[in-house]
Amino acid sequence: MTAYLIRRLLAVIPVMAVVVTVVFLLIHLIPGDPVAVMLGPEATPAQIEGTRAALGLDRPLLEQLLLFYKRILRGDLGRSYFLDRPVTQALWERAEPTLVLMTASLLVAVLIGVPSGIVAGANQGSWWDRLLMLGALLGVCVPGFWLSLNFIYLFAVRLGWLPAAGYASILTDPWAAVRYMVLPAVSLGFNQSALIARIARSCMVEVLQQDYIRTARSKGLSQRTVAYVHGFRNALVPVVTVVGITMAILIGGAVVTEIVFNIPGMGRLIISAILRRDYPVVQGVVLVTAATYVLINLAVDMVYAFIDPRIRYD
Amino acid sequence: MTTTGAVVEKSVAGADARVAEPTAPRVRWFRRLLRNRNVIVGATMFLVFLLAALLAGQISTHVPTRLNPPQRLKPPSAANFLGTDEFGRDVYSLVVHGSRVSLLVGGVTMLFTSLGGTLIGLVAGYYRRLDLVVMRFMDGLMAFPAIILAIAFMAARGPGVWNVILALSLVYMPRTALLVRSTVLSLRELDYVAAARALGRRDLAVAVRHILPNCLAPLLVQGTFIFAYAVLAEAILGFLGVGVPPYVPSWGNVIASGKNVIREAFWVSLFPGITLTVAGLSLNLLGDGLRDTLDPRLRGSVGTGTGRQGA
Repeated sequence: MTAYLIRRLLAVIPVMAVVVTVVFLLIHLIPGDPVAVMLGPEATPAQIEGTRAALGLDRPLLEQLLLFYKRILRGDLGRSYFLDRPVTQALWERAEPTLVLMTASLLVAVLIGVPSGIVAGANQGSWWDRLLMLGALLGVCVPGFWLSLNFIYLFAVRLGWLPAAGYASILTDPWAAVRYMVLPAVSLGFNQSALIARIARSCMVEVLQQDYIRTARSKGLSQRTVAYVHGFRNALVPVVTVVGITMAILIGGAVVTEIVFNIPGMGRLIISAILRRDYPVVQGVVLVTAATYVLINLAVDMVYAFIDPRIRYD
Repeated sequence: MTTTGAVVEKSVAGADARVAEPTAPRVRWFRRLLRNRNVIVGATMFLVFLLAALLAGQISTHVPTRLNPPQRLKPPSAANFLGTDEFGRDVYSLVVHGSRVSLLVGGVTMLFTSLGGTLIGLVAGYYRRLDLVVMRFMDGLMAFPAIILAIAFMAARGPGVWNVILALSLVYMPRTALLVRSTVLSLRELDYVAAARALGRRDLAVAVRHILPNCLAPLLVQGTFIFAYAVLAEAILGFLGVGVPPYVPSWGNVIASGKNVIREAFWVSLFPGITLTVAGLSLNLLGDGLRDTLDPRLRGSVGTGTGRQGA
C-alpha cells in the first residue's frame, strides 16, 4: 500500500511540471508582442520596455521558464495590474463561490445519478430502465449553460420562485445563499448526474452477474434484497471514481455556470481578466484549476486503492 | 475489425491484399450498421444538419447578419419563424447559418485530432524511449479541465474560427493519442506484426500497412464523440465571448445574445439551444451505434461513458 501511495504521489511531479510549462507558454502564444498587447495602444515604447524587463520577458526563453518555476514554487503567481493586488489574493477572494457551487452541484449530481443508475441497473430492460436511460442520454446532450437559461426563464422570470442571478455568502446569509444556489447547482449537476447514472447502471448490471450474487439468490433471498443489499455496495466502488471525475469536470462547468448566474467566482474572474488582458490572472486561474484537477484525481486514486485492494498490486 | 485484420494477414502471407480483398465481412458489417437503430437515427439527424449547413443560403429567409432595429425582439411569426433578436436579426436564419460554424469546427477538429493523435500515438507506441516523454506531456495536457485549457488558448490567441479549431484540437488530441498508443501496444506483440518485422519491413511500412488499419475503427468511434464535444465546446466558447467573433452567426453567440434579453424574448436562446442539443444527440447516437457495431469491446473505454469531456 505504501509503495503504491509513494508511486502515485511521485507521478504528480511530472504532470505538474508540464502543467506549469504550458501555463508559462500561454504568454508566448499571444500573437505579436505580448507586452504591447497587454498595455494597449496608448503605451509608450519606454513603458513597454519597462514592463518587459519587469516581467523578465527580455531574457532567453529557458531562463524565463526557470524563473517562472522558481516563482511558482515560492507560491508567487505574479501581480494583477488591473486589480492591483497579488494574483494569489485575487484567487483567494474568488474561491468561496466556486467551491460552494462545485460542492452543491456534486451533491445534486450524486443524489440524482446514483439512485437512478442503481434502480435502472437492478431492473435491467424494464420500462424504468428505458425511461431513466433515455433521460440520461438527454442529460448528457443538453448543454448545461443553455439549461441554466431555461431554468432562469421558467423559475425566476415566469414563476418568480427563485432569484435569476447573484450570490450570497453561506457564512453571512445562509438562507439567501441557498436560494441563489439552487438553480446554478441543479443546472450544473444535472449533466453530471446523467453521466453518473450511466456508470452506476453498468456497474450494477455487471455486479449482478457475479457468482456471489447467484449464491445469495440460491440461499433464497429475495430479488430485491440481493440487488439492493449485496449488489449496491459493490457497484458503488467504480462510482467513487466517477464522482472524482465529476468533481474534476465540475471545475470547467463552474466557469460557464458562474457567467450565466453572475456568481463572483473564479470563472468570472478569468473571463473578465481575458477582456482586460490581465494575463497574470488568466495564468493564475488556469494553474490553480489544473492543480485542483490533479489533486482530486490523486485523492480519487488513493480512495480507490483503499476500497479495492486489487489496485495496489497492479 | 476482423475485416482489416484479415486483409493484413493475407498481405503478410505474400498475397496482394488489394486483389484478394475479402469484401464479405465488410458487407456484413455494413448490413449490421444499417440494422442498428442508433446509427440510423443519429445519421439521419446528422444529415439534416449537414444539408442545412450546405444549403444555408437557400433555406434561410433573411440575411442573418442584417440588423433591423424596428423589428427587434419580435416573437415567432410567419415572417420570422423563430422570432427576432435584440438587433432585429432573424433567429431562424441565424440558427441555420450557425450550423456552418458548428459543423466546420466539429469536423475539422475531428480531422486534426485524428491525424495528430494517430501520429503521436504511433510514435509513442512504437518507440519506447520517446513514449515516456511524449506520454508525460500528454498526461500534463489532460490535467487541465478541457474547457479551461480551451479558454486559456483563446485568451492568448484572440477570437476566430481557426483559433477555436486549434484550441479544441489541442485539448482533445491527447485522448486520441492515448487511444492509438494503446492499440499499437497491444498489436505490436501479435504474431503477424512480428512476422512482418522478421521479413525485414521497415518501421514505417509496418506501422502504415499492418498497425494503422487496426486503429481505424476505434479512431472513427472516438472521432465521432470528439465531433460532439467540439460542437458543444465551440458553443460554450462563443457563449463566454471567447470563441468565434460576436458578429459571426454561431449557436453559442446567439444563445449569448439571448441571455441578455431572456426576460423579454426567451425564443432567442431557446431555439439555438434546441438545435445544439439535437446535434449533440445525433452525434452521440451515431458514436454509440458505430462503437457497438464496429467493436463492442470499446464499450467503456471510448465515448460518453468515460466522461463528458466537452464540459
